[in-house]
Amino acid sequence: MNVQFSRRQFLKGTGAGVAGSAIGAFGFGGAEVALAQAAQAFKLSKATETRNTCPYCSVSCGMILYSRGDVKKGEKAEIFHIEGDVDNPVNRGTLCPKGAGALDFIHSKQRVTRPMHRKPGSDKFEPVTWDFAMERIAKLMKEDRDANFVEKTRDGVTVNRWPTMGFLAGCATSNEAGWLTWKAVRGLGIVAVDNQARI
Amino acid sequence: MTNSWTDIKNADVVLIMGGNAAEAHPCGFKWVTEAKHHNKARLIVVDPRFTRSASVSDFYCPIRAGTDTAYLLGVINYLLTNDKIHREYVANYTDVSLIVKEGFSFDEQEGVFSGFNANNRSYNRDTWDYEIGPDGFVVRDTTLQHPRSVYQLLKKHASRYTPEMVERICGSPKEKFLKVCEMISSTANGEKSMTIMYALGWTQHSYGSQTIRTAGMLQLLLGNIGVPGGGVNALRGHSNVQGLTDIGLLSQSTPGYLGQPRESEPTFAAHMANRNFRPLMQNSISFWQNYKKFYVSLLKSMYGTNATAENDFGYEWLPKLDKVYDTLQMFELVYQGQIKGFVCQGFNPLLSVPNKAKLIEGLSKLKFLVSIDPLETDTVKFWQNHGEANPVDPSKIQTEVFMLPATCFAEDEGSFTNSSRTINWRWKAAEGPGESRNDISIVAELFLRIRDLYQKEGGKAPDPIMKVDWSYKDPKLPTADELMREINGKALVDIPDPADATKTLYKAGQQIASFAQLRDDGSTSSACWIYTGAYTERGNMTARRDNSDPSGKYVYGNWGFAWPANRRIVYNRASADPSGKAWSERKSYITWNGKAWGGADVPDYPPPLAPERNAGPFIMNAEGVARFFARKMMNEGPFPEHYEPFESPVANVLHPKMSTNPAARVFKADGAAFGTSKDFPYVATTYRLTEHFHWWTKTSKLNAITQPEFFVEISPELAKEKNITNGQWVRVSSNRGSAKGKVVISKRISSLMIDGKKVHHVGMPIHYGFIGETKKAVGVNSLTPFVGDANTNTPEYKAFLVNIEPLSGPVTS
Repeated sequence: MNVQFSRRQFLKGTGAGVAGSAIGAFGFGGAEVALAQAAQAFKLSKATETRNTCPYCSVSCGMILYSRGDVKKGEKAEIFHIEGDVDNPVNRGTLCPKGAGALDFIHSKQRVTRPMHRKPGSDKFEPVTWDFAMERIAKLMKEDRDANFVEKTRDGVTVNRWPTMGFLAGCATSNEAGWLTWKAVRGLGIVAVDNQARI
Repeated sequence: MTNSWTDIKNADVVLIMGGNAAEAHPCGFKWVTEAKHHNKARLIVVDPRFTRSASVSDFYCPIRAGTDTAYLLGVINYLLTNDKIHREYVANYTDVSLIVKEGFSFDEQEGVFSGFNANNRSYNRDTWDYEIGPDGFVVRDTTLQHPRSVYQLLKKHASRYTPEMVERICGSPKEKFLKVCEMISSTANGEKSMTIMYALGWTQHSYGSQTIRTAGMLQLLLGNIGVPGGGVNALRGHSNVQGLTDIGLLSQSTPGYLGQPRESEPTFAAHMANRNFRPLMQNSISFWQNYKKFYVSLLKSMYGTNATAENDFGYEWLPKLDKVYDTLQMFELVYQGQIKGFVCQGFNPLLSVPNKAKLIEGLSKLKFLVSIDPLETDTVKFWQNHGEANPVDPSKIQTEVFMLPATCFAEDEGSFTNSSRTINWRWKAAEGPGESRNDISIVAELFLRIRDLYQKEGGKAPDPIMKVDWSYKDPKLPTADELMREINGKALVDIPDPADATKTLYKAGQQIASFAQLRDDGSTSSACWIYTGAYTERGNMTARRDNSDPSGKYVYGNWGFAWPANRRIVYNRASADPSGKAWSERKSYITWNGKAWGGADVPDYPPPLAPERNAGPFIMNAEGVARFFARKMMNEGPFPEHYEPFESPVANVLHPKMSTNPAARVFKADGAAFGTSKDFPYVATTYRLTEHFHWWTKTSKLNAITQPEFFVEISPELAKEKNITNGQWVRVSSNRGSAKGKVVISKRISSLMIDGKKVHHVGMPIHYGFIGETKKAVGVNSLTPFVGDANTNTPEYKAFLVNIEPLSGPVTS
């Protein structure tokens, strides 16, 4: 069921066959062979295709991400082209001007590539290690939770809430990340949690 | 969406209002084009702007921003007074024959329902309910003549919304409004259907939920709910905003729309006591009676073996709310300095929450701010000076800030749930750049580090943290596959077959196939009951890619998995008449074959339940029928009513003393920040451009090239009045701030006569800020008011007051 075989790949397979065996079968001989040799290889023919979903609006258009290298085989993969997925029954291969620019999101200059830290009063971000960032954030959160967590109300009602911590979850994370986030934030007792659905 | 994107092709009439699908959801709008081309469907667009959706419509009607409830109530009044309703559907499938309690009333002069306390603008809702008979069920009058029947009350309530009144409030010319009514009413027969498509143009108001309710009521009168080509279809704004809502990442919510415990419900018994799902009609199913099974299964997913019957399955460890901490409430607390720490996981509130000045002041009071995002956001750099666009002094801001690199959609696997509830799996194509990590690993490590600190050092109330079940193969990096299995749920012990006790339905550890099999004794887990069926013993159903359509009705039932139960149109029992026959051959969808319900989709009804049982097609409602009368469930009253936006150019013509929604969310200090039409005479509205997605694509070069800068759109009439030329710089100001932009003079934007007064619109796109490839801008939320919808607390972005002044400087046109 998880096999990403599709009508499109099927067509691609038969297309490759035309360039090879079918030429002889049609009996056109040398001219066709010369033409086939002169033609530049289709730039996507050697690319790895991966099925994904547009990260923008909720039509959730199917996308084919074309990469050099196959991440599933442990290779380094670089995405260089995106098309709409013709097999997807909703978008049927189309992308809108938002989704058509998604490659520039993946390779945006504004991508964050390492953890950054801004000290109080500073006018700049400085790179830090993941270890530093995680340790520091965990410490800040614990300090605040220890100081402000409400175990019981004045009337003795157990409420187990942490009212001084805010958390906004983002709507381009997966359902799976969303569930793990719910578990973590509710486990910590956070009540001020929301997502973009609110606004 | 009640229906699906592809189902729009079945529509005969399409109403787009409060949205602009052609530009904001172009590939979904394709199905409108398909309906027009193959089904001869007619498209109606009602909007303050002549949008690109309007440009391909069969009929366009202008409307003043923020008056959609009045417009829709006008259509309802037209249908009722001209007897253009689907009578059999309405009589059998809605609450029209139910009798409302004595004492319920609406005061037409004061603009309030019974139980209003003017001193604190609050309601006592005791009278907002049905009359219950001695048998314990609702009293009915199937002749609909009883003065307190929902039908008579609705008719009276809507009767004030005459075409003349609609024109006075909305500025929509009477003859255009009547033409729209006539087109809509052509579907009140079971032969034809109309779909409604809306988006944030309806939600972002102080009464948005009521507008959407009114649309639902309109569709019920026409018999357009539960049928192919019908429905009320919310075109949601993010790729997984539906999923995150389903998973319960909202202050008052849990996964699967169960209630987050309140302080008033400290025990599970108290929580259940507040939830009475007793059927209100003799035969109704009232499916929420299964609530406890879903809740216990959620608690088992949350706390694992720590959750036992003896400890109420760990209910005590869940945080209990003293109030709803929605986004506006959160930023009010940030502003007051009461929230000290903040995490934004893929969220840019500095531009997406109203009143930027208030946000900057609030964020500056935080002790620490963490952003987990693939991109730099304006929020994570709120402390950075960007000249006019962000005039702050970093040395005066003491907030400690972390910017953590997350992977993006292409660099991670997992599922998204689209607007029509279909969950689609996505595969990973590449590693993220540099040291970026996926959200799962970031959240897992942070949680485990905090937990370790409690383990080592102790601290306040460690139990709720320690008891969370985190038994993943690699606790630091649970896989998406593992998590989706957990969301679906499994049998925790061997479960006998209820039909035959000698057989086993599930062996311990097996994935559950249907939420109907979840149990309230702790023997099943399921993090989100509505997703049960998405990952069964047959595999990951969300990864299915079979795009065949055996029924030919654009259902595509083997593509991904749609919740609930892989159903593509909800309430689809209503596509058949009371005897189980299709209303018409054209609209045949789910029917009774003498033994069972079946058809193109998964029936939204117990399959073997004969039509004679008459349980009602709306099985989630205790009445079994759909509600025109919302009982106590809406904060501003059981029927929708027209209220003006909090900033409006006119007083409410129906009840000037109660011009705005009495139940809307307004914080004290924000009330003072409202402007009046004396200083700010123009109605501003915000919108999206087809080239951009929120504040995100301004970091994508291609999108930035196509729409590089903020602008202000006004009509030729207003331009002439203010002596402004095309391309000239202007300053738009509200009582909260101002924004500078170039003017685009266009006939797309309307100037309308409102109750004898000329009212101009000013339109502004939302997409600009100070981070990214687009030109720097202050952000349109410098202007918008901090006021929220009475039920959802969604901010009022779509109608507020501004002034506009020309600035000297180069004219670029």
